[in-house]
Amino acid sequence: MTTKLKSFLPLLGIAALAIALLVVAPAVLSDLRLNNLAKYCCWAMVAVGIGLAWGRGGMLVMGQGVFFALGAYAMGMHMQLESVGDGGIPTFMILYDPLAPLPAFWEPFRSGAFTIAMIVVAPVVVASILGFAIFKRRVKGAYFAILTQALAVALATLISGTIKYTGGDTGLSGFTSFFGYTLDDPLNRRLIFTITATLLVGCLVVAWQLYRSRFGELLVATRDAEERVRFLGYDPANIKLVAFVVAAVMASIGGAMFVPIVGIMAPKSMDAAASIFFIAGVALGGRAALFGPVLGALAVGYGQSTLSEQWPGTWIYVLGLLFIVVTIALPGGIASLATRGAGLLARLRSSDRKAASA
Amino acid sequence: MDSLIAPFLNGTADGALLLIAALGLALTFGQMGVINMAHGEFLLAGALTAYVTQQVIASTDLSILLALPIAFVVAGALGVVLEATVIRWMYERPLDTLLATVGVAMILRQFVLDAFPSQGVGVVTPDWLDHQIDVFGYAWPLRQLFTILLAGACLSALAALLKFTSFGRQIRATVQNRALAETLGVSTRMVDRITFFVGSGLAGVAGVAISLIAATDSTLGTKYIVAAFLVVVAGGLGQLKGTIIAAWVVGVSTAFFTDWTTGSIAQVIVFVLVVIFLQVRPQGLFTVRTRGLA
Repeated sequence: MTTKLKSFLPLLGIAALAIALLVVAPAVLSDLRLNNLAKYCCWAMVAVGIGLAWGRGGMLVMGQGVFFALGAYAMGMHMQLESVGDGGIPTFMILYDPLAPLPAFWEPFRSGAFTIAMIVVAPVVVASILGFAIFKRRVKGAYFAILTQALAVALATLISGTIKYTGGDTGLSGFTSFFGYTLDDPLNRRLIFTITATLLVGCLVVAWQLYRSRFGELLVATRDAEERVRFLGYDPANIKLVAFVVAAVMASIGGAMFVPIVGIMAPKSMDAAASIFFIAGVALGGRAALFGPVLGALAVGYGQSTLSEQWPGTWIYVLGLLFIVVTIALPGGIASLATRGAGLLARLRSSDRKAASA
Repeated sequence: MDSLIAPFLNGTADGALLLIAALGLALTFGQMGVINMAHGEFLLAGALTAYVTQQVIASTDLSILLALPIAFVVAGALGVVLEATVIRWMYERPLDTLLATVGVAMILRQFVLDAFPSQGVGVVTPDWLDHQIDVFGYAWPLRQLFTILLAGACLSALAALLKFTSFGRQIRATVQNRALAETLGVSTRMVDRITFFVGSGLAGVAGVAISLIAATDSTLGTKYIVAAFLVVVAGGLGQLKGTIIAAWVVGVSTAFFTDWTTGSIAQVIVFVLVVIFLQVRPQGLFTVRTRGLA
């Protein structure tokens, strides 16, 4: 096979995943299971972004919950306002203070178009400012990881502490409609799944295109030898910034779709623990591989939902062990097993040949 | 003048608490480059040791004093086990120590949730600490002074260990040049282990102090770990004076912001301020000059 053809091979994989999600899954899964799968797809979108930033860019983003929350709360605010109708005020605000007017920053979210714009624009702006400051100052490695985690903790604390504006720990819930369509209708819920799965496939295509572009090569070069990239005349800060911003947008879209699917958005879906949960799937699947983060996140999502229902404690032990075992024994995740296996085969074959010639 | 002195004293005590927690991290992260996210759970282990000691020894006056050395050993032993089983595999991969210890932290937290009452346990303040002293008209809880004295004791002990003992010299030698230290006959493996024992043990001591002030439940570690890391990073790695200043500033400013707003908003403001500070000085308050590019 020519190398040119080979570089399109991953597209086949993406197509296979698209068929599995968009054709097979709706045909065989019940409404409830399909809705669960939609939830895993949201986490998988975050994971594709983490794969880009961490796997390819070497930036361990431990605070993707921040961007997840930006998308999720934008969507949550819109759906909340839509559910109470024109000029209405969300129930939790009335409970807190019956006479308070709607906070000014809520008002524009009555518009669906504004909400959709914000789901993309807000993470771009926040990640650009953050990333610019962080990468230009050459903060990296563990410092970067701790900083991002601190931001996730800070935002979660802020949301918990501002009950009047965000619903606090209880979060936003009680949604009835999604851009004018009633959420009760199972058909609409299937449609939401289809949108989510399509967005996930879209994220994968973006990641694939970025990985095979010149930018992708530079990103990997920055990860492996930042100083050399700098000496070659590129600015590593800009390269990292792009990856960080794209990852943030993916997390935000994942968060936005999470809200209509799960029906509630609270700080515990985006705090430090949740941000670490986002990473778990990426680490398991293989952070630098194209399909590692997606499949890992889907698997971990499934594991969390099924295991934690039956034995909530056991699941935490499993997740904790997963982190330990994967980082010690399999830093490249399950995806690296394939390359390791291929390498082992090649070595065996060459030793066979040596034995034959001797 | 009650309003000014109260947050100042409370904040200093909180800062002292943060300092003991951060000292252990400064040792393991600053000196060894290991990022131990389970450090927060070692604090929890210390706090639970205080509780268990109190269950065993009826006299609360005595048990809290006994709990201090026991907690040091318990948390230190946990640290040694962690070093020997997990961290030793990845001294060259600091980001991976972070992830693996995140896993360890999850397991420890869940274990505490399973083994102890899930609503948390209460540690009784002994009578001799349950007093207030009058400071310019503010009734200052004595246990806060106790925390500050404890932090001072831990700090002096650690500084003396690093500066005056041969083991301290070995730690510093290993940090500066591992290969050269080894050629001079220093067993760097042994140094790593003991450093980890001392660093983790300090978390245990901090845990005992925390148990007197806050509720002891499985989330105790998560509450302190990020703040403690920020203190170490903001103070600058490889030395202790920056950590002391950073801990005190974070403690006092949190107390003042709490006075002006609410507890959670204060935490947010201080976190964001520290993050902004790190933009201005990514290397922290003080730095040890090295020739490394990183």
